[in-house]
Amino acid sequence: MKKKVLSTLLATAMVAAMLAGCGSQAAAPAPAAEAPAEEEAPAEEAAPAEEAAPAEEEAPASDEGKVLNIYCWNEEFKSRITAHYPGYEEVDGTTGKIGDVDVKWNITPNENNAYQNNLDAALLAQADAAADEKIDLFLVEADYALKYVDTDYTVNVADFGLTDADLAEQYDYTKKIVTDSNGVQKGTSWQGCPAIMFYNREIAKEVLGSDDPADVQEAVKDWAAFKATADKLKDAGYQACSSVNDTYRVYSNNVTSKWVDGNKINIDKNIENWVNDSKALVDAGEAGTHDLWSDDWSKGFFKDGKVFAYFGPAWFINFSMSCDQEGSVGIDGGWGACVGPQSFFWGGTWICGAAGTDNPTLVGDIMKTMTCNADVMKEIVQQDDDFANNKKAMAEMAASDYTSKILGGQNPLPMYMEGAEKIDLSNLSAYDQGCNESFQNAMKDYFNGNASYEEALDNFYKSVIEKYPELTQ
Amino acid sequence: MANTPKKGKSRVVRYNKWGYIFLIPFIVVYLIFQLVPLFTTIYNSFFENYLSGLKQIGPNFVGLANYKEIVTNGDLIKYTQNTLIMWVLGFVPQIFFSLLLGAWFSDARLRIRAAGFFKTVIYLPNLIMAASFAMLFFTLFADSGPINTTMINMGLISEPYKFLEHAAGSRGLVAFMNFLMWFGNTTILLMAGMLGIDGSLFEAAQVDGATSTQVFFRITLPLLRPILLYVMITSLIGGLQMFDVPQVLTNGKGNPVRMSMTLIMYLNNHLYSKNFGMAGALSVFLFIITGILSLIVYKFSVQDNVDEVKPKRNRNKN
Amino acid sequence: MRQDKEYSVEGGLGLTVRRIIAYVVLILLTVLCLFWFYILFVNASRAHSDLARGFTLIPGKYLLKNWQGVVNGTQPIARGMLNSFIIAACASVLSVYFSTMTAYAIHVYDFKAKKAIFTFILAVMMIPTQVTALGFIKLVQGIKLENSFIPLIIPTIAAPATFYYMKQYMESTLPHAIVEAARIDGANEVRTFNTISLPMMKPAIAVQLIFTFVFNWNNYFTPALILHDDKKKTLPILIAQLRSADFLKFDMGQVYVTIAFSIFPVIIVYLCLSRFIVGGVALGSVKG
Repeated sequence: MKKKVLSTLLATAMVAAMLAGCGSQAAAPAPAAEAPAEEEAPAEEAAPAEEAAPAEEEAPASDEGKVLNIYCWNEEFKSRITAHYPGYEEVDGTTGKIGDVDVKWNITPNENNAYQNNLDAALLAQADAAADEKIDLFLVEADYALKYVDTDYTVNVADFGLTDADLAEQYDYTKKIVTDSNGVQKGTSWQGCPAIMFYNREIAKEVLGSDDPADVQEAVKDWAAFKATADKLKDAGYQACSSVNDTYRVYSNNVTSKWVDGNKINIDKNIENWVNDSKALVDAGEAGTHDLWSDDWSKGFFKDGKVFAYFGPAWFINFSMSCDQEGSVGIDGGWGACVGPQSFFWGGTWICGAAGTDNPTLVGDIMKTMTCNADVMKEIVQQDDDFANNKKAMAEMAASDYTSKILGGQNPLPMYMEGAEKIDLSNLSAYDQGCNESFQNAMKDYFNGNASYEEALDNFYKSVIEKYPELTQ
Repeated sequence: MANTPKKGKSRVVRYNKWGYIFLIPFIVVYLIFQLVPLFTTIYNSFFENYLSGLKQIGPNFVGLANYKEIVTNGDLIKYTQNTLIMWVLGFVPQIFFSLLLGAWFSDARLRIRAAGFFKTVIYLPNLIMAASFAMLFFTLFADSGPINTTMINMGLISEPYKFLEHAAGSRGLVAFMNFLMWFGNTTILLMAGMLGIDGSLFEAAQVDGATSTQVFFRITLPLLRPILLYVMITSLIGGLQMFDVPQVLTNGKGNPVRMSMTLIMYLNNHLYSKNFGMAGALSVFLFIITGILSLIVYKFSVQDNVDEVKPKRNRNKN
Repeated sequence: MRQDKEYSVEGGLGLTVRRIIAYVVLILLTVLCLFWFYILFVNASRAHSDLARGFTLIPGKYLLKNWQGVVNGTQPIARGMLNSFIIAACASVLSVYFSTMTAYAIHVYDFKAKKAIFTFILAVMMIPTQVTALGFIKLVQGIKLENSFIPLIIPTIAAPATFYYMKQYMESTLPHAIVEAARIDGANEVRTFNTISLPMMKPAIAVQLIFTFVFNWNNYFTPALILHDDKKKTLPILIAQLRSADFLKFDMGQVYVTIAFSIFPVIIVYLCLSRFIVGGVALGSVKG
């Protein structure tokens, strides 16, 4: 009996302890977020600053917050910071250290607007959050940069100490995209994203008789030529591209109107062209309909993948092509690059400082180092096959004997530079990400014969309106 | 006893106030976390209320507009259909195998060896995290995943069958997973019911020369009716809540052409984009549908439970 | 006599055949149930580049490497497991304790509202939590408990299904006389419940503890709506995130290891307790 009493007591105690544990753990930030937070914050900041000051070398943010909260959607920026920001030490997958400041990575995948929803919620709570909980820095993509740039949640980069001279060598489009309606630039990027076509050299040799970029370019110089080449590839047992979603950006970045006109969803002529051309490719068995980044889609990065080409900007090489893996096409320099049927751009990541950050100096320094420092820019190109956002540095490297190992000794920089000058962003809207994603997903059903074009279109409208209730068909 | 009615009664009354005290935690928590939210949900369904980017729209009172929207755009019907189709596809084989296995396990003449092992194995999938299970199936049934590769290598098909791009494929997978996850559970439920049937009935049938099939259809099945009904309706209510498996399998998109989009996935979409008006209206519809089904369960299971099952269970226990 | 013989011949012949059929079907179903987990194990132990090349039934040697990759990756899987465990453990203990207490109140005492409350709880038993999810989120936001475990733990105190199971179980195992006896011994009501009644309910409590734990461990819908912070996310949310594009470019070997990690602990625990669990289902079934 005694034993039983004991065990019951224990159980009760356990419950109590657990409750207390859960309670205090979860509740702790909440009270701090209330009224006294503002008065408390400076005191909190001042205290550790003194003791930290002597140890200070690289991190300039000595009198500021002790936690740097970064919101982003994948590992890319983290790996850039790890590799190129002086003084950054990785602690584990989601935390790091710069001097005595803890860096917290909050990574939420982009898909289905998850990243934006999460960021929105955090930004809306920013004013009430404790200093160490506030977002200090977040990343945005071209598809929805406008949504954030045009609000008070982002801050003029000049306020973080970035001068016009710092930004002089950046490509204009990278500045325009993060400039609000009053002409204030509110973010900055380290990369330029003019995109080109990457082709498998071995397949090119076999089917087109040459893997020289100029010859391949001739075979894919416009969409009609691309389709003819696709037919040839098909006969030889290859797919022109892994998925029709690969070519989507090529069309969608060459549109002449925006996704949303007023509150009405608008489908551009060139998007319709993509649907028609893609349907032809799929019906002929010359391309699949996999989602980008899926396992099926990425088979072509490996030697027996039988995929001729992928479309993408420079970051694509490092980010997607598994070139460090045994058995991949890239590890032996098996890729070639040419402009492709149309030049386009894709993605790009911009760093925005959040309004209300308690680490403005550090945020400013990260922006400066990662996007304005020519040496870091060159390093990024060398190490990561990326294309950096610095005209002068790129021109120097284009003229140098720099070659990309993955691209079989080709120097792709002149191609990128040419493309970067042509980028036109006049038709971006704040809804691009949701629309692009829903459109590709809805059309997949049409390509696969599960729905007529009208039905697929209908599903596209439905899905967009679920994401953005204010829009109409 | 008769001498002290007064004292006894007052003591009982004194004790009985503890009945209320013991009920407090449950009732309070229920009121706060279930009942109040239920009313907020209903209340919200009459408003236009969502987040557009970083701007809040509403709440504006719109009457029944949300309800009208859901009904007229055909979504409610379509997703109810999807949900029911996938439920039926999974439930039919589930009940078939459960009856079969239940009959075998409870058949004394058949003397299945290692019954414990088999029961353990068939119940196993029920405990698996549905999200993981769906993710696993997604990778295994991918266009170039192990299943397709194996079938091609065996010469069964010449090119990969894209499971998630055919209505039959994706609905079939969802149904198949539901079947796998639940048939063990149903088997054990039905078996318990079968063991509860008076053994003398079987003996009498045997003496009369009835075959196993006859025994099954003439004796077992009719007597199982209340439990079967209970199983069916609880499974239907569970089916209407179908979410994890199709959500993860199709990544919330209900591919293809939204043919595997369930009611709760649709609700989740609205909750996700913080469109509280539409989510509210949809919830109210769901509430009504499950309410009706619950009433049926309540009527049959609680009443039948009292009339038929209970005595059997007691016998079974003893 | 003649009839008897016929019966036994027919029965005997039929029996062997039926037994063979039964075993074949059972073995097929067993394979059907276990096959997936074997493939999972095999794939979890192979490197990404091997997986890309094709499929085999022979395990590889990369299990540990893949695992290290996952632990060092962005997905805080270990943390997610801890979170899931905290929530599931707290929830199951609270849920079972208080639902049993509620069942006890209805079973032992006699008061005016008893019948009404009993009927009410039965009536709401079948209402899915998803129906009230919207109001629930609003409530949680209202009291600023987003990103906290509390809204995932406290509400489980009111578990109508557990209550019903307990109530049914009490009817067959907890005679009023025992409670009376305890009272005569001078125990107060709380003590009687905790020290006399609860221990008598042990089998049912154990079964419900396991079920509630597993349910909360696997639960995806509600936590996904409440928890947004990476450090707070539970295992199912992290698993579902794997399905998202940004993570798919990850190493497939790591994806498989992550799935395996969420499944195998449950399988191991289940195998240890299987007799108990399978028995418990039957116990509850006819009752519930």
